[in-house]
Amino acid sequence: MTAVFDPGAAAGLATARILDDTLNGTARGVVVDSPPGAGKSTLVVRAALELAAAGRPLMVVAQTNAQVDDLVVRLAEKEPELPVGRLHSNDPDPYDKVLDGLEHVRKSAKAADLAGLDVVISTAAKWAHVKNVEPWGHAIVDEAYQMRSDALLAVAGLFERALFVGDPGQLDPFSIVGADQWAGLSYDPSASAVSTLLAHNPELPQHRLPVSWRLPASAAPLVSDAFYPYTPFRSGTDHGDRRLSFGVASDGSATDRVLDEAAESGWGLLELPARHTPRTDPEAVRAVALVVRRLLDRGGAAVSERSTDPAPVTADRVAVGTAHRDQAAAVRAALAELGVTGVAVDTANRLQGREFDVTVVLHPLSGRPDATAFHLETGRLCVLASRHRHACVVVCREGVADLLDEHPSTEPVQLGVTVKFPDGWEANHAVLAHLAEHRVRATC
Amino acid sequence: MSLINTLARLEAVESGRARPTATVRHRRLTGRPLVLVPLTTAGEAGAPLGALVGTDRDAPRLLAVAQPRDRDLRFAFLAELAEAVLPHIESYADVVEPAERGETDPATGKRVKVETELCVDAAQIVVPSRAGIEFVRLLGRSMRFRRTADDDPDTPYPAPARVPLLGRWLTHYGERARVPGSSLLLACTDLLNRHWATGQSNLEDQHLGALLAWIDPPAGESGAEAALRAELARDAAGQLLCPPAGPATDPDFDNRLLAPAIEKYDRARASLAAAEDGLAADARLAELSGAEREIRALLAGVLRPTWDAVWRGLDLLRELPEGARTEDRWTRDRWSFTAHRDRVRSGEPPQPRRDDAVTAARKLAARETAQAQLEAQEALDDPLVLAGRRLAGEAFIGEVSAVEMAYSESKRPSPRPLVTVRTDERPQLGEGVKIYRSLDGKPQTAQFAGYGPADEEGGAPSLVLRITDRMGRGKEPAPGSVPEPGDRIAWTLFEHDQRGGPQLPDAEETPWTHGGPPGGVEAAELPDPMTPEDLL
Amino acid sequence: MRGNAFEARVKADGGTELMRLLHERLGGPGEPPREVAVPDLTAAGPEGRAARTALALREATEAGGWALLDHPMLALEVAGSPAYLEPDAVVVHPDGTWTVVEIKSFPMIDGSADAAKVGAAARQSAVYVLALERVAEVTDGARVGHRVLLVCPKDFSNLPAASVVDVRKQRAVTRRQLTRLTRVEEIAAALPEGASFDPERSPADLERAVESVAAAYAPECLSACELAFHCRSRARAEGAVEALGRGVRGELGGLTTVAGVLAAAAGKEGDPADPAVAALRRAAALRAEALEGRAGCR
Repeated sequence: MTAVFDPGAAAGLATARILDDTLNGTARGVVVDSPPGAGKSTLVVRAALELAAAGRPLMVVAQTNAQVDDLVVRLAEKEPELPVGRLHSNDPDPYDKVLDGLEHVRKSAKAADLAGLDVVISTAAKWAHVKNVEPWGHAIVDEAYQMRSDALLAVAGLFERALFVGDPGQLDPFSIVGADQWAGLSYDPSASAVSTLLAHNPELPQHRLPVSWRLPASAAPLVSDAFYPYTPFRSGTDHGDRRLSFGVASDGSATDRVLDEAAESGWGLLELPARHTPRTDPEAVRAVALVVRRLLDRGGAAVSERSTDPAPVTADRVAVGTAHRDQAAAVRAALAELGVTGVAVDTANRLQGREFDVTVVLHPLSGRPDATAFHLETGRLCVLASRHRHACVVVCREGVADLLDEHPSTEPVQLGVTVKFPDGWEANHAVLAHLAEHRVRATC
Repeated sequence: MSLINTLARLEAVESGRARPTATVRHRRLTGRPLVLVPLTTAGEAGAPLGALVGTDRDAPRLLAVAQPRDRDLRFAFLAELAEAVLPHIESYADVVEPAERGETDPATGKRVKVETELCVDAAQIVVPSRAGIEFVRLLGRSMRFRRTADDDPDTPYPAPARVPLLGRWLTHYGERARVPGSSLLLACTDLLNRHWATGQSNLEDQHLGALLAWIDPPAGESGAEAALRAELARDAAGQLLCPPAGPATDPDFDNRLLAPAIEKYDRARASLAAAEDGLAADARLAELSGAEREIRALLAGVLRPTWDAVWRGLDLLRELPEGARTEDRWTRDRWSFTAHRDRVRSGEPPQPRRDDAVTAARKLAARETAQAQLEAQEALDDPLVLAGRRLAGEAFIGEVSAVEMAYSESKRPSPRPLVTVRTDERPQLGEGVKIYRSLDGKPQTAQFAGYGPADEEGGAPSLVLRITDRMGRGKEPAPGSVPEPGDRIAWTLFEHDQRGGPQLPDAEETPWTHGGPPGGVEAAELPDPMTPEDLL
Repeated sequence: MRGNAFEARVKADGGTELMRLLHERLGGPGEPPREVAVPDLTAAGPEGRAARTALALREATEAGGWALLDHPMLALEVAGSPAYLEPDAVVVHPDGTWTVVEIKSFPMIDGSADAAKVGAAARQSAVYVLALERVAEVTDGARVGHRVLLVCPKDFSNLPAASVVDVRKQRAVTRRQLTRLTRVEEIAAALPEGASFDPERSPADLERAVESVAAAYAPECLSACELAFHCRSRARAEGAVEALGRGVRGELGGLTTVAGVLAAAAGKEGDPADPAVAALRRAAALRAEALEGRAGCR
């Protein structure tokens, strides 16, 4: 007998276990793996509120100011009366002005001003400068997989116990200088905070959120298999729960045909002829901009479990993802030329944590003569392929499969370093193989 | 490789000579660097064979190990190396000047200035290549835990006096060499590669002979031809005309020339030991000395060309004027030198085998700061380096076309003038992006305030920048602190100075996430066990 | 010389040291194995030895105890022809796991070793793992471990130290390469008529034969292959940009020759709408400006 998967129940059960460990467990740390769109922020907010309600003041560590402000806003939405402290830097415009409208949120550049408040939130960078305060009993560390080990070292003395939440499949932290001499050490300062934490405390309870509420049923299996081989997850919605349709019929062009394919199946690959091009490949950039233009012109309508009426796919629900900043700049310029505004265009690094209805991606390997470690990095492709609720269109020149085949294997191996999965080659290959089933060829 | 460097390399291919990638020298070269050319046997784990060392290019000191497997001969080599290197290092240790250092007062937690002393100059060591630097680290590691007879009268194989001390200094220099921009321990190949682009790949650039051939080919020959000769040409006996800079020897040298000479030495030693009377012993001693001289001559033969090459490289580098901010980085090197001197004098134990969590994190942060500092300083010192940043959109040169006075909105308004800049370049600007320029050697900050009118039809729009600091305390800006129309200024998107990283806890306060405080300090400095077949 | 002495030491006395190291890193709890079978693997010719090894592996697995196979021989089909491989050792665990052991002479200092050399050892071991898997497929209860034991001299001594290396990635890469390798006949068919690489041929003939085959050179070849110098001079003669390094091509897009790049940079050739061409022209102008000292400003 096959049990029907009840995503709500599964997610609820996982959350209950996590909260139980956090509030009642005896371990100093709890680790939660959260795949894209699994409700990480919801979990963080809920855990913070439950700890506060249980009379246990806590500090929250996030990695960027945007993440911090977002959490403050969500906390205030759930519990407007909850005393919250926003610790900020001395830079000009250190926090989102929206916070000024929240009555019970106190803002200060000094931790001492905020002592005693139920929840105090700030960035790891700011927390690292905090000295001479009583350690908090509890902390929540958000985006712990994107936090570098040395950043955790600088703040771990501020709390006794912590809940660590993050996405293991997204971009790893890195250093611009070599850190090889510490490779293999359990406290390699350039490794991720979670890998160091677990290397020293392997017995900590580890949980995973089992459902992605963002990714549609057409995407979750691919992303889960390719990027989360040891912590698989499922879509919270079923095939048919989400639909994307266009008000304007296709004009028969490759651009329109790939949009139709994406609307129908959740994926589309617009394949340009094989060529070695520089990063800002003008034809590929133009193709990406055109896909966005037609997407908006054709009046996309998205039906989802969020509401009974179809919601128009407006510019703010669309994003373009690239590997490099200059590619993003080129796409922005191309969109401006086509008169398109309001569409987010950014690199994978900056798209982390964000969500859209439809995304258009310039494949990191498109037009390249070879595959470097940077371009094969799984975190990059994972972020680019997991931002969408309905459909993702990838623009790529033919020839990437050959490129993958020819990738030479002369990589050095550091003793003592745990081999990381998924493997860049395998993940790229899996994604490409899947996209090939939804290919529309463009002739330039 | 950046596009601008790729272009320089291709220019070199076409012209047949290396092309400059710098117009000034970005590393300090002291008045008396100590050049060290080590040699090890070919093969996986090379045992030391010898070295040329010294500060006088015409009078190198030759150190040789006639039989690399003999521990006593190896120790003698290390003792001699200590004799050649330590006095040089120590000659800088006592020439000091007063200086101030910022420290955190443990009682109040505040930053205070502490009076201390700083060595006026520091010893500088130059090796031929990166493999040489690795070998310095290896020597340091092998020596610093050894015990001398003074340290431990019961130790079975006491190291010669001063060898452990040499080990500590070499380890310090080897570790300092990992800091971007440092100049205590330098590889000649790295120095040359920083300032020139050859027409070959990075990998081939690690060959000192080929590298010099590209930069300074002999008359009538192209760089490529001379480099090929340096790499491959062999004499009638099959030996490389340009021996490898090492430290590993060429296997052909090892097999055909060195091994027979060492065998001869071994036989002479055995025969001396078996001598039956004084007369025979004398004759056999003469044979032994002869065998030893032969080995020394062979080693000198392969070492001397590399020695000369290093000095030639230094000559080429001295032809470049030193970059202005090189002084600042050398001062940091002097602090590093002085600090290690102090640690040795205060009797601290040698550096542990592996860094603990806090030390590792501190080093990583320091190196990242040093890297950012180095990149900024080299660009500010050198228009050719700045050109690379301009190509990447991280800097631009523009001419000021207009200045409009403006003030901040606060109780005591301060000047916030708007400067309009004309430029053909396309820096990566965005709302509120900070921009810097050098004003009297220190950075002045501006903020990107938007685009202005274009000069002509269809031309690039001008940039409007708001100056935000370094204009004095008054309502009006101090004279000379604001750019004027007509000024041609280099603006950068990168900061000129780097802020230090956050405070890390002391090692004793290493948190549970990183394994807690490190234990067993004594265990860390136990000497390695000695075995009959040690390499070093 | 030194390498052989080290290997002999590790394997001495029926492999006591080796087994101790293996048990420390990969064995279960408790004491190191006391009884280790060391089967005789001698046989005539490589096929004979491979067969003898397969038999020994089968017997050892059936016996359910520890066994050490010293210099076993394995066969692997490469491009349609069998290749014979000789790992340093293979250990059979009581539970049917087979572990590859590689003994190298580069040192492990304070637990770390030269990463390039470890990578090469990992790739080499991965090939042995694949070959072992062929035999394991037809052996009941056998399983090839994806973690190999790397044994190296410890610090500066001749004492052995060991480390476990997970070779799953290298195994996957090698497997893909093997499937892609065309059969030897196909390679031969692509060669010009009469080409022969027989070392007995005259140097001039061999030179011609080697010249007639297309080369795909990268500077990394220099440390890996004896033909590299030849391929390099070919690449240089053709003005190929990759002679300067694999990473160089990336930013140049469709420009592949030195002459082509320089002409584009000088404005003599190339489409200005090509970002690589535009960037090269900017780069050339910026370099010229800086070198002529015209980049002076405050």
